[in-house]
Amino acid sequence: MKMMTAIVKPFKLDDVRDALQQIGITGMTVEEVKGYGRQKGHTELYRGAEYVVEFQPKVKIQIAISDDQVEPAIEAICKVASTGKIGDGKIFVSPLEQSIRIRTGETGEEAL
Amino acid sequence: MKNTRKITIVSAALLGAALVSGGAQAQSVNGADTAWILTSTALVLFMTIPGLSLFYAGLVRSKNVLSVLMQCFALTCLMSLLWFAAGYTIAFGSDGVEQGPLIGDFGNLFFAGISIESVNGTIPASLFAVFQMTFAIITPALIVGAFAERMRFSAMLTFSAIWLLVVYAPVCHWVWGGGWLGDMGLQDFAGGTVVHVTAGVAAVVAAMVMGPRRGFGSVPMPPHNLTLTVAGAGMLWVGWFGFNAGSAVAADGSAAMAMLVTHLSASCGALAWMLMEWLRHGKPSMLGMVTGMVAGLGTITPASGSVGPAGAVVIGLSAGVICYFATNYLKNALKIDDSLDVFPVHGVGGILGTLLAGVFCSTQLGLFSGNGFSDGIDSIGGQLTVQATGVLATFAYTAVVTWVILKLVDAMVGLRVNDEEETMGLDLVLHDERGYDL
Repeated sequence: MKMMTAIVKPFKLDDVRDALQQIGITGMTVEEVKGYGRQKGHTELYRGAEYVVEFQPKVKIQIAISDDQVEPAIEAICKVASTGKIGDGKIFVSPLEQSIRIRTGETGEEAL
Repeated sequence: MKNTRKITIVSAALLGAALVSGGAQAQSVNGADTAWILTSTALVLFMTIPGLSLFYAGLVRSKNVLSVLMQCFALTCLMSLLWFAAGYTIAFGSDGVEQGPLIGDFGNLFFAGISIESVNGTIPASLFAVFQMTFAIITPALIVGAFAERMRFSAMLTFSAIWLLVVYAPVCHWVWGGGWLGDMGLQDFAGGTVVHVTAGVAAVVAAMVMGPRRGFGSVPMPPHNLTLTVAGAGMLWVGWFGFNAGSAVAADGSAAMAMLVTHLSASCGALAWMLMEWLRHGKPSMLGMVTGMVAGLGTITPASGSVGPAGAVVIGLSAGVICYFATNYLKNALKIDDSLDVFPVHGVGGILGTLLAGVFCSTQLGLFSGNGFSDGIDSIGGQLTVQATGVLATFAYTAVVTWVILKLVDAMVGLRVNDEEETMGLDLVLHDERGYDL
C-alpha cells in the first residue's frame, strides 16, 4: 500500500478527481494549502504599497492506494494537472504500513 | 409678522423649490430649503457612520477593525456634545452680534440662543446648528486614518476634543462664520480648507509625531476586508451630495449645480486613479478606484459652489492623478506612515480644489466657466491669491496647533500603545473584544 500526496493548482482539482475516479480510485482527502517551490510568490499593490506574497494557494490531495494503482494514478494526475507552466505542483509517494476501516474493522487493502 | 411667516411656509410647501425668499423677509423659514437641509444633515451623518467607518475598517488589519469603528463612533458622540457646548459658538457666534475676524462670540454656549423660533437665513437656526455639527463630526473622524492601529483610545478622545475646539472651530469661523478669510472673498463652498486641509494636515502631523506602525515598510499590512471599504466608499459618495449640495443652505440652482459637479468630479477622480494604476502597474485595482473617488470628492468640495460641469471634470481628473502621485511619494519616498493616506488624499485634494476653485470660477473660460469671482475681485490672479492665502493660513495654523496638542496629550496620557499591545491588536488590548469570531 502507498500513500500518495499530490499538490496541484486549485483549478485542476475537479479534473484530478474525475481522472482518479475513472481508474477506480474512489476516495480522497483534500486540503487547501499554501506553499512555494520554483514558482515563488506574487506581488500585491495597495495604494502604492507593494507586498510580495511568498506563498501560492494550492490544493493538496491525499489518496491511500494499492501498489498496483500507483503507476496509473501518477499517469492520470500528470495528464490532467499539467499546464506546462511553472507551478503545476508535485506528487509524493510513500509507503503505507496499515489502514483500517473504522466501521467494519477491516484492515489492509480491503480497507482502502 | 407671525402670520406672514405662516403664509410663507404654506406657499413654500405648495410651490416647493420655485419659491425664492425675498430680501425683505430674510428672517422667515423656507419650507423647501428646510426640507433639503434636513435631508442633507442626515446624508452627512451617514458619511461618518457608517460610510467613513466602514471605509477605514476594511483598510486596517483584522485585529484592529473594531478600534477604528469605535474611534469613528465615539467621535460622532463626543464631537456632537462639544459642538453643543462650545464648538458652534466659537465657529458661528450668535445672532445679531458683529463677528470678529478670528473667533465667534460666546453667546451661543450650550446653544443658548437657539430656540424653536430662531431662524438662520431661510432655515431654522437649530437646523443650521445640527447641519454644521455633522461637519464637525466628520472632520476629526477623517484624521483617524493617520494614527490607525497604534493610538491609545483615551489619547485619541483627548486629542480630538481639544482639536475640535482649538483648530476646527476657529478655522470654520475664519471661512464661514464671518471671519477674516470669508471677508477676504475666499471661495470654499463646502470645506476644502475648513474640513479637508485641516484634517489632512493634522493627519500628516499626527503620523510624524507618533511614528510609523511597527514593521511599516517591511511587514505586509494589506487591507483585511476591501469589501467593507468599497461599501463604505459608496456610502461616502452618496452622503457627499448632502455635504456639498447641502452647503448651498438652500434648495436652489446652486445646490443642484453643486450636486452635478460633485458627481462628475467623483467619477473622474475614480477613473483617473484607475488609469494611473493600469498604466504604471499593469492592472486597475478596486482600492485604487475608490481612493480616486474620494480624491475627486474631496477636491471638488471647496469648488462645488464655484465651478461648472466642465471645470469639475478637469478638477476630478487632476485630483485622481495628483493625489495618486502624492500617496506614492509620502509612503515610498518620505516613508511617513499616514496609515490610511489621509493627507495625500484629503489634504492634497483640499489644497488642489481650493486653488482650482480660484481658476474655474472665472466666467471667461468658455465651456470651462464657473460662477464668477468674489465681490471686489476681477481676475483669476486676484482670486488665486485669496485662495492661496486661505490654504497657507489653514495649513500653517493647523500644523502648529496640532503639533502642540499632540505633545500635550502625549505628556498627559501617552499617545501610543506599547509594542506588545500593538502586535496583539487594539481590539483585544483596548476593548477586550474581537471583530471576528470565525
